[in-house]
Amino acid sequence: MRSSLSDTEKNFREGIISGIPIALGYLAVSFAFGIQAVKAGLSVFQATLISLSNVTSAGQFAGISVIAAAGSYLEMAGVQLVINLRYMLMSAALSQKVAPELPIYKRLGIAFGVTDEIFGVSITRPGVLAPAFSAGAIIISVAGWVLGTFLGAFSGEILPARLISALGVALYGMFVAIVVPPSREDKNIALAALFAVIVSTAFTYAPVLKEISSGTRIIIVTVMVSVIAALLFPATEQTAEKILKERGVEND
Amino acid sequence: MTENTYIYILVMALVTFLIRVLPLTLIRQEIKSPFIKSFLYYVPYVTLSAMTVPAIFTSTESIYSAAAGFVTALILAFFRKSLLTVAAGACVVVYIIELIV
Repeated sequence: MRSSLSDTEKNFREGIISGIPIALGYLAVSFAFGIQAVKAGLSVFQATLISLSNVTSAGQFAGISVIAAAGSYLEMAGVQLVINLRYMLMSAALSQKVAPELPIYKRLGIAFGVTDEIFGVSITRPGVLAPAFSAGAIIISVAGWVLGTFLGAFSGEILPARLISALGVALYGMFVAIVVPPSREDKNIALAALFAVIVSTAFTYAPVLKEISSGTRIIIVTVMVSVIAALLFPATEQTAEKILKERGVEND
Repeated sequence: MTENTYIYILVMALVTFLIRVLPLTLIRQEIKSPFIKSFLYYVPYVTLSAMTVPAIFTSTESIYSAAAGFVTALILAFFRKSLLTVAAGACVVVYIIELIV
């Protein structure tokens, strides 16, 4: 049956399937965003528009606090640049994963959907990244992200505080789910992650260092720890292969 | 005030899109440097780890419920449970702990 599908259809379907758990996870996180956006004085429409046009978690949460504080447009641009700079690194990694001849409009589409989670499922695909896979994963994930925002903005006021508190951990649960499994395959990833946690904690609480804003902190820690990890434990083709294989087995 | 909000949203969307688009459209060749390859290999895991700790501990009403949620997520992820299972499992545990404590 499956062999009757074209490669494009097959990849699109696999993208949708990979995107479903992401979309469901996004529902919880964007629900929390919707609630906060309305609290910050935005309308339900504006909150939903932000999610549709941005598709970032940390960036959006920081953005509404800039709006609430009536910060300058320049400050808004700076905050987004710093907090979302990691997407530039992910986009650079994806540039190595797509076919060199991939046309620009498809590159624009894949770029629009660079998030931590979509990047995670895309980069761990075996072989060249098919744009149809990205399309499937992005469409379903963004739908979840936008729908959750709308629902949260629309109904947040009537939810009990305890439920909202529980939803606060969802975003981080997702991050843990992305980092831990490959850490089992490559102990260097585990070491790098552990090092990142220690440095990040130091930057959050140590005198002087704690004055640095959270967005800037993420950038400094990411560049510093990744450079050190790359120098100490250069990633070999074998380690990368192992991670791909692991994901491949999981997806079957 | 209403126009202002839309300019904010435009600035957010534009900056974020440019960040995502530039490398994917400008880098057309294979990166050969083993150092840059290794650097890109570690980036996602390092960023997500740095974003999670210590922020996760202040993501709920109490540090105890957050810690319980974190441990739950770690255990579920260690056994390779799906994204949704891990996120939902952590939320459920936070909810239960906050009912008790």
